[in-house]
Amino acid sequence: MSAPKTREVLFDPLFKNNPIALQVLGICSALAVTTRLDKSITMAISVVFVVAASNAAVSAIRNFIPSSIRIIVQMTIIASLVIVVDQFLRAFLPSIADELSVFVGLIITNCIVMGRAEGFAMKNPPMASFLDGIGNGLGYSLILIVVGFFRELFGAGTLFGITVMPSIPNGGWYEPNLMMLTPPSAFFIIGIFIWVLRTFRPEQVEAE
Amino acid sequence: MSNTLEHHLSLLFSSIFTENLALAYFLGMCTFLAVSKNVKTAFGLGIAVIVIQTITVPANNLIYQKLLKENALAWTGVSQLASTDLRFLGLISYIGTIAAMVQILEMTLDRFFPALYNALGIFLPLITVNCAILGGTLFMVERDYNFAESVTYGFSSGLGWALAICALAGVREKMRYSDVPAGLRGLGITFITVGLMALAFMSFAGIDI
Repeated sequence: MSAPKTREVLFDPLFKNNPIALQVLGICSALAVTTRLDKSITMAISVVFVVAASNAAVSAIRNFIPSSIRIIVQMTIIASLVIVVDQFLRAFLPSIADELSVFVGLIITNCIVMGRAEGFAMKNPPMASFLDGIGNGLGYSLILIVVGFFRELFGAGTLFGITVMPSIPNGGWYEPNLMMLTPPSAFFIIGIFIWVLRTFRPEQVEAE
Repeated sequence: MSNTLEHHLSLLFSSIFTENLALAYFLGMCTFLAVSKNVKTAFGLGIAVIVIQTITVPANNLIYQKLLKENALAWTGVSQLASTDLRFLGLISYIGTIAAMVQILEMTLDRFFPALYNALGIFLPLITVNCAILGGTLFMVERDYNFAESVTYGFSSGLGWALAICALAGVREKMRYSDVPAGLRGLGITFITVGLMALAFMSFAGIDI
């Protein structure tokens, strides 16, 4: 198998092979955190870090992992990295860490991390795996940030907590759409995102 | 925390309906979307999740209460251990317990209930990485449930998840006959459907038993 090109490894996951929109990976833990943009970005950075670092680590020792226990080895590496992120957030961003609550821990079972470790890092050298991790992390972040942007803008009329559209309760003109702050809206936004993506890239449309 | 029947009933209903793991917290979404193409497999996976959830949440509860929590090691009687706080080891212990439990259940079923094992087959190993399982444990820790509550919570949150995946599979089976716009076909329309289901489940929110 020829070595994948750096640029493709890094940028393919953004639109061409987006982990959420196409590979159906990693939708699990993160959507509940997208009610505000700052939470989405914190979560996105954490995931990019964990995917990149776990990919590099798994890839570095890939020739020493017996295949029968590879899942548990990968799990241990991922869990240790997530503990680092969790402790870091608790120490330096305690208010955001409180709001993210269990979802930082749930990065462990985020299928993207596991999926890339199993699907890419086990077969490729550390540097390529590291970039693949960053690429996939970014593809995931893209969706998280888009969803977070729309939910905060339409749900509260703010971005990063700064008022963009003054809401009626605060004397402005915008009537906040409270549905945007509830779980279903995240599903609708992703559904529509996938629709838009596939309209521009018809080759991704699923066969009937 | 009270241990009355009413308290447990209310926990049961809230974790099945208002705080449904799949529809209110987006947990277990990967499997939720991937394995909901027909009702039969969805049902098998649902049962597997209920069983694992009912075992792992109480097991992790014991680990948390007796080993990891602040001052939890006081029962050993060793004074140096009494004030240790091992909560930072939580994540790695819980995922280890879950992986081990899934493995044990798989071997037990294989040995004693081969029919059930064959029916669940491929789903069992997948459950280790199902966020609903770890999510259930983490919520249990965050809400500081006692052992009895954790049994109720584990069972009912698993049941809620199973209910949601069976319902979605039913809807998707019917949807095969509809004419969906090309770009929405498959994953897109599934997201919209799940969104609508989540809206429907939200109507339970006002109920307080």
